[in-house]
Amino acid sequence: MSLKRTPLHGEHERLGARLVEFAGWEMPVQYEGIKAEHQAVRTRAGLFDVSHMGEVAFRGPDAERALQRLLTRDVSRLEVGQAGYSAVCYESGGTVDDVIVYRREGDFLVVVNAANREKDLAHFRGNTSDLDVEISDETEDWALLALQGPEAESILQPLCGGDLSTIGRYRFFETAVDGRPAVIARTGYTGEDGFEIFLRPGDAAGIWRTLIEAGTTPAGLGARDTLRLEAGMCLYGNELDEETTPLEAGISFAVHLDKPEEFIGQRALRQEKEEGLKKKLVGFELEGRGVARHGHPVRVGGEERGVVTSGTVSPTFGRPIGLAYVPPQTEGEIEVVIRGRTVPARIVPLPFYRRKQS
Amino acid sequence: MNVPQDLKYTRTHEWVRIEGDIATIGITDHAQDELGDVVFVDLPEVGTSLSPGDSFGSVESVKAVSDLYSPLGGEITEVNSSLEESPEKINEDPYGEGWIIRLRYSGEAELLSPEDYQRLLEEEQ
Repeated sequence: MSLKRTPLHGEHERLGARLVEFAGWEMPVQYEGIKAEHQAVRTRAGLFDVSHMGEVAFRGPDAERALQRLLTRDVSRLEVGQAGYSAVCYESGGTVDDVIVYRREGDFLVVVNAANREKDLAHFRGNTSDLDVEISDETEDWALLALQGPEAESILQPLCGGDLSTIGRYRFFETAVDGRPAVIARTGYTGEDGFEIFLRPGDAAGIWRTLIEAGTTPAGLGARDTLRLEAGMCLYGNELDEETTPLEAGISFAVHLDKPEEFIGQRALRQEKEEGLKKKLVGFELEGRGVARHGHPVRVGGEERGVVTSGTVSPTFGRPIGLAYVPPQTEGEIEVVIRGRTVPARIVPLPFYRRKQS
Repeated sequence: MNVPQDLKYTRTHEWVRIEGDIATIGITDHAQDELGDVVFVDLPEVGTSLSPGDSFGSVESVKAVSDLYSPLGGEITEVNSSLEESPEKINEDPYGEGWIIRLRYSGEAELLSPEDYQRLLEEEQ
């Protein structure tokens, strides 16, 4: 099966990116190197092609009702021009996906993980067949750039209409970038200030080049992963899956259990909250040498009782960090079994990295 | 990719410099480039005995882990412990400061010439 390519594929090749298969797409994992790209985002600005992300539009009289049923977030509280992070659950409380929902004038756009797009569409449609809602996959209609870092606003401002300083976190507006129509949202997945820019596919390469010329560093999926991990953000397939609830993953801020209309999974999550979690996600730092990776066992009190979901050497701090599921009461010292070797580690508060507020 | 003419190579992308009965082993320019930024090197103990084909450690980049294999049998006489603090030396100078172990070797080994290794790289492209 041939891999899908984003509208920026030619730009990646021209920049000498290392391209890899990711969720059926041919995507840049790095250009110059993950550490340099990571550092560029933390100190200046980086530019990511995230056009592989899925966009699903909800239209029609029952669009809001459908999303109230499908999402853990209370969509009715979103204003037009506001976005929200949400989980999508099964009746069991296990997680179908984690998404961002954008409330537009008259409809909603839901941005889903590339690897989950088909599964999400089936879940969305299969659970709303009684409603008057049109659910359309618009993934191929959008290119999506993420411009992230402390200099993101000053780089983007001269190129776009509207005053970016008035756009709050998780707000978005329709405008033009470099004269071409765009939706700009103050969202991201790096722990930095920044924007995600929705563009028409044919406009993407020109704006990509303009932003690179304006001083942003192209950054790949490798840096995206180390950045989100330092920021303590979940990655579906690592921290979240069908066996894990959003409460266990520590994203209860995206779960409105008191929401007026019942959502799929609400009963299970309420029950879980009452009875107590079976596991919780924690951040840890290794105290010995090594790199913890997804799937490595975690020992608590000398017994194997948890598992690493993500791990790397933090490019910002130069220390090995990771996320793991452990029993809910666990605190302090744990151990990670790295390729047969038991390495001491310590639970630390999340996120590992928090940007300085300007 | 840089393939120095004075070294021997393995199919698993290690290089070997033979000087008397001592073999110095590291990973090739191609190997470090494929791995990306090296963040951790798991080194063996001095004195460890290796048989040809034994794994003697690993090199980890931000994204991947790669095992190291000795093409030669013998006893490890020295390890490059500076890699514990500065694993990036493997990226910056794979054939020099990024060397990994020294081995007092015994027996013969099937090693690739620079030409054969170059050909292997071209085949893998």
